[in-house]
Order: sequence, then structure tokens, then C-alpha cells
Amino acid sequence: MAKPQRPTTAIGKTADYLDQRTSIGVLVKEFARKVFPDHWSFMLGEIALFSFVVLVASGFFLTMFFEPSMALVRYEGEHPASMHGQLMSAAFASTVEMSFEVRGGLLMRQIHHWSALIFVGSIVVHMFRIFFTGAFRKPRELNWIVGLTMLILALAAGFSGYSLPDDVLSGNGLRIIDGVVKSIPVIGSFMSFIVFGAEFPGGHIIPRLFTLHIFVIPALLILLIGLHLFLMVLQKHTQYPGAGRTDKNVVGYPAAPVYVAKMTGNFFIIAGVLTLMGATMSINNVWNYGPYDPSPVSAGTQPDWYILFVDGALRLMPGPGWEWVIGGFTLSMNLLIPAVIVPGILFTLLFAWPFLEARVTGDHREHHVLDRPRNRPVRTGVGVALLVAFIVCALAATNDLIATHFSLDIFVITWALRVLFFVGPVFAFWVTKRVCLGLQRKDRELVLHGHESGRIVRFANGEYIEVHAPLEEEERWLRVNYDSPVPLEIQPAMDARGVRRKGYKSDRRWQRLSQFFYEDRVAPVTPAELEAAHSHAQHDEIEAKEPTGAGAAGGRRKR
Amino acid sequence: MTQKLKHSQRDEDIFVKALAARRHHRLAPVVLLLLALLTTGGIYAALAPSTAKAETVSTADIETGKKLFQANCATCHGPDAEGTDGVPSLVGVGAAAVDFQVSTGRMPMQMTGPQAQAKPAQFNEEQTAALAGYVASLGAGPAIPTDEQVDPALGDASNGMALFRTNCAMCHNAVGAGGALSEGKFAPALWETSPRNIYQAMLTGPQSMPVFNDANITPDEKRDIVSFLVEQREGSAGGNALGALGPVSEGLWAFAIGLGLLIGAAVWIGAKSS
Repeated sequence: MAKPQRPTTAIGKTADYLDQRTSIGVLVKEFARKVFPDHWSFMLGEIALFSFVVLVASGFFLTMFFEPSMALVRYEGEHPASMHGQLMSAAFASTVEMSFEVRGGLLMRQIHHWSALIFVGSIVVHMFRIFFTGAFRKPRELNWIVGLTMLILALAAGFSGYSLPDDVLSGNGLRIIDGVVKSIPVIGSFMSFIVFGAEFPGGHIIPRLFTLHIFVIPALLILLIGLHLFLMVLQKHTQYPGAGRTDKNVVGYPAAPVYVAKMTGNFFIIAGVLTLMGATMSINNVWNYGPYDPSPVSAGTQPDWYILFVDGALRLMPGPGWEWVIGGFTLSMNLLIPAVIVPGILFTLLFAWPFLEARVTGDHREHHVLDRPRNRPVRTGVGVALLVAFIVCALAATNDLIATHFSLDIFVITWALRVLFFVGPVFAFWVTKRVCLGLQRKDRELVLHGHESGRIVRFANGEYIEVHAPLEEEERWLRVNYDSPVPLEIQPAMDARGVRRKGYKSDRRWQRLSQFFYEDRVAPVTPAELEAAHSHAQHDEIEAKEPTGAGAAGGRRKR
Repeated sequence: MTQKLKHSQRDEDIFVKALAARRHHRLAPVVLLLLALLTTGGIYAALAPSTAKAETVSTADIETGKKLFQANCATCHGPDAEGTDGVPSLVGVGAAAVDFQVSTGRMPMQMTGPQAQAKPAQFNEEQTAALAGYVASLGAGPAIPTDEQVDPALGDASNGMALFRTNCAMCHNAVGAGGALSEGKFAPALWETSPRNIYQAMLTGPQSMPVFNDANITPDEKRDIVSFLVEQREGSAGGNALGALGPVSEGLWAFAIGLGLLIGAAVWIGAKSS
């Protein structure tokens, strides 16, 4: 028996030292050989992960200089000239000071803020990738919930951080939050006093937000990121449909060295892009807005992009007539509807979607192969409708900028967007669904008849046909191997003896919803249909070569 | 000497007596009121902010201005500048208002609309001065500020910002990037407005803008505001200011540049092996 070879390099020796003491080699071996499927869209979540890393690193730097206090101080710094000698809170003064007096402070602040925008942005893009490809289906419903929770935490992290400098802009945002909290029936004003520790703005909100922003929210995020990735590894990554890919295998590359190299490279690209943005593009210059004071609100006051939809919903909501006084209590529907109910509907729908879809599909199987969005027209349509509603609300929040930059009347914009808020999503749903069904028909056509070759053949009798080239196996696999659910079948209302069945009404409701999802469908090509089409095609080919019985040819003929 | 003294004493006596005799006269309150009005009016006339100094513009210039006015402005403002239906009278608006409206090209107005748009000035400096002189001669109003009054170097940008934030930012944006008003009206961006025009706008309140008279914002404070606005033109310490429009433009750039580049990089990395 040969003596086991001892490592000779420094790295090898260190690894061996560690392995002998921790047996970590088993884990490395297991993980390094883990196969991940390859696709650029699988790196969207990575953008979120790595911008979070940049956020933690730059945020750590900022906490060294930020003073979370609302104590009144006079700013003595010379720069910027517009702030010199002004009275402000210590939080604002320390923000301005770290921007102008601390070496690299402004760069770090800007990197931090750009990273925050990109962090939330990549989470949303990642989420829509998951949604449109059906990656939330069993067994990944729980991970979908983990992800959505992280989205909400990211919004909370962003909003709490945006408010910390205690400037006029973010203070106006907090004032809106105060209004929304106060609009909660009965307990609203108590809640507001609990949140702010006094009548708005009080003297506690900045330190409180600071604790949330640098401790509670990041801790929860790190915990959930761990869980998110653990579940991803445990359940294996989904893969796009393609030849040889099934729900029972994973086609891809090993984590080491392929993905280790790709992820490392991607991290440096992401950190580089964020740093470049921080270095060249100014963001949230709080000294432009000035220290917070509850009286001024400047034109062009908006929250960061991910809260725009709430601000927009508030701007779209008509004011008069929506404040109901019931038994001495004021019910501010003009605040509750846009700021609580609209986001509530959005997030409830998102949280419930995997379960809702499984129920109307009657689907309890595991799925590891993704859907092509066209093959789920209603899901894709709903996703686009949600996006349109989100964008309409976000546009409404920018109504004043649209008015000045496109020379429009702000009231006309508001009214147009009010109509669009209701009409837009429905129209987008309808268009998207039709486009999906159309693409499915195109796929069907392609599978049955092949590619147009551009070769025109004339028969002896003068008739022209275009010769179609058959599809490659891989192309066909993609277009025929997918689930195409049909509406739920339910038990009849009465049993054989004419007794009314319990639960029929509920079943019928689910069936209606199921019909909404799957009634309009283009069935994938079956092997029998394919066989029939092939014999036809061969028939044509023969005819084309020996154009004798031209009259009998059909099917693929160009009309 | 003594006689003289006596005489004056007697005079005084007569005066006091007369005053005492008429103190309860029926018209005494009216006389007092008139005296009070004259006094306050006189003090005001002496201390009030300087009004149009018609004497700096010669009569010939006023005549030229009148001709220009009748040829270019009278259609709307009336032959005597007293206004017509829906068009304001210019009597008492002062030279500052004319100089602001004409030198920014807002007047003569190109077309009716939610508000007069700035455009290349239609008159040269001499003509503008003549028009201003003519309108100022119709009634006293705010005069064109001197160069010293609008010199940004003499102002305090810090105080200017505090004033701008509480008085102007709600329409013009925190650093003067402009903002929307109702029904298609808007508060213009102030990036390119000359210090003189900024000052005049505060003084005369053109269109939807309120008047910030010298009691409201003193001339020194106006200069502070000018100083703050001019300082903003140096750009942001943080790099490209992105229009200074706040979170909306930041969000747009985050998607267009940031996520655009990063998704592009993801596609590139994803395409490398497959």
C-alpha cells in the first residue's frame, strides 16, 4: 500500500492542517462538486447579495462618523458655504461633516446610497425573474416567502437609512409616515406617540431608526440571506427547460472552480460599478435640502424609487369626501386606501401567489425545470399587470417633474394616471395574455411545420410551395416538453342518489378561478400530431422532388 | 431784551390759549387726523424704499419708451398702459417689473398660455431701459436694483439658503431646479437666471410668484438669496448633480446605469461558458 502523498505547497499544507483538525474537506468536496445550472438571470440575486456586502462594508465606515442624535448644534464647518453657522440636529451636522471633513466620507456615503438603490432594484428584478419563470413552485414556496420578507426588510432598511440624516427631504417622508400611522383607526394617534416618543417629530426618532437601521434590520437580513441560500443549495437550483433537463436532474457546472470564479469576478464587477457610481454621480446631497424643520417642503420632494409607488398612490387618491367621521372617530380613507390597502393588496397577492397557483392548477408535484413565461399566459399577464400598476403609481409620484419636463398640466397628469391605474393593468394583462398565446401558437406552428427555409419550389403544374426545414431535436424539446394545465375538474353538485354534496360551492369557486387561469390554452404538440405532421412533410418533400401528384399536397402550402 | 422776552411770553400765551380754546372744537379730531396722516406719510416718503427715479431717465427716453410701448405693448396693456380685460395695468409696476419681463423675453408675450414663457429678449438694453423709464413715469414702483445690490460675492449664502428654504423652495425646488404649479403653470429653474432678474422677480412677483417686498425680505437678504443660488451653479461636491432633481432622477440613473451595467455584466459572465 502506497503511503498517502503529503501536500507540498503552502496552500496545500494549510488546507491539510485544517482538514486534519476539522474534517472540513468533506464539506468542501461536497460543495465544490455541487452542480449549478448556468444562466445569466441566475446572477440577478447575486447582484442583490453583493450589493448587500458593499452596503455592510460602507455602512460600517459611516457608523464611525455618524452621530444619531437630534440635539441642536451649530454647524461650524466652512463647507458647504450654505450650511456654515446654521443650527441643525447633530445627526444632520455629522452627515454634512462626514461628507466634507472626513477623507473619503462623501464617497462612502454615495457608494452606500447607490448600493441601497441597486440592492432593492436587483431584489425586485430577481423576484420578477422568479415569478415569470415559476421558480416559486413546490418545493420553493417557502424560499419565495423568505425572499419576499427580505424585500420588505430591504424597503425598511432603505427607508430608515434615508431618514437618518434628518434633512428636510427625509423629514417630509417621516411626516407622511406619521400621517399614515395616525390614520389607523382608534389606535393611530397612540401609535404615532409610541413611534416618535412625542408629538411629531419629537426627539427620539433618529436614534430609534438608527438602531433599526444598523442592528435589527441588517441582522434579520443576514439571517434570512443565510436561510435563502441554504434552501437554494438544499433544494438545488432550478434550471431552464432544454434538451435533457428534467425535474429529476440538474444540468450545469460544478461550483468549484466554475462558479467560484464567476462569483468572485461578479463581486468585483459589482463593487467596482457601485464605487464608480459613488465617485462620479452625486446622490442625496442633504445639504441641498437643509436641516429638518417641519415647516418647509420643497418642490420635487419624493422618496427613493422603491417607496415612490406609495407616494404616488397618495397623490392619486382624491382627498375630499374620503374622511369619514364615524361615532366621533375620523376614518381617513384618503390615507388608508393608498398607503395601507394598496401596498397591502400588492404584498398579500405576492405572498399568496405560489399557494393560489398550486390550488387552481391542482398541482402537487415538485418542479425543478422553469416555465417559459409564454407557457403560463395568465401568470405572465398578472405579473405584467402588477408591474404596470407599480409603474403608474411611481409615475404619479413624479407628477410634478413630468409636468415641468414635458410642459404638461399637473392636474391632467393626475387624472390620466387615475384612469390608467384602473385601466392600465387590465389592458396590460389582456395584451400580455394574447401575446403569450400567440407565441405558443407560433411554437406549435414551428414544431409541426419546421423552419421556413426560403427555398421556393415550383411544381410542374405551376404551383409554388416553400420547403420547410425540420427542427433540431433540442429546439423541439423546448417547444413540446412542458406542462399545459387544464381547468380543474370537480365532483358534480349532487351525488348518484341526488343528495347535494357538501363543499360543492367552494369547489365551484376554485374551478371558476381555475378556468380563468387555464381555459384559454394552446395545447402543446403531442407525439401523434408530430407524427402526422412528419408524414405530411415527407410527403411534401417527395412531391417536391418528384412533382407528379402535386394536386394532393396540402397542409404546409403557402396561401 | 426784557421787552422781547415779554413779547415772546405773550406770544406763547396767545398760542397756548388759542390751542386750549380750540382743543374741544368739533373739527379738532379731523385736524389731528390730518396732521397724523401728514406726519406718517412724510416719514414714509422719507424712509420708504427708493422708488422709480424718473429723473435718471431723460424725457427723450421716456418719449422713445412711449413709442415703443404703443407699438409693441399697447395691443394688450392698452394705449395708456392701464390694462384691458384680463391684462394688468402697468401704472405703478415700476421699472424693475418692466426690466424683468422684457429682458427675460417674457414680454412681449409670444402666445397666451398658462404663463408667459421666457425666450430670447425682443428689445436691446437701450430699448428696454426706455420702456422701463416710460412705465416708471406713469406711477411710482420698484426701481431696477443696482449692481451692488445684486452682487452675489457680497451676500451670505448660508443665510440665503435658510431664506430660500422657507420662502422659495416649495415652488422652485431646494436648489432652484424649478417645480410644477397648478394648471400647467410652473416655477422656472433658476440655473441661468441673472442675479438682477432673480432680485427683480422677488421685488415684483411676476405671474404666479408672490411679491417679496423689502419689508418682507430686506435688500440684504435678497442679495443673500442671490448668493446662495449662484453658489449652486458650481455643481455638487459629489460628482454629476443629475439635474439636482432628487430621488427620482437618482432612481432613474440607478436603473439606467447601475442595474444596466450590472445586468449587462451578468449576461456577459453567463455567456462566457455556455
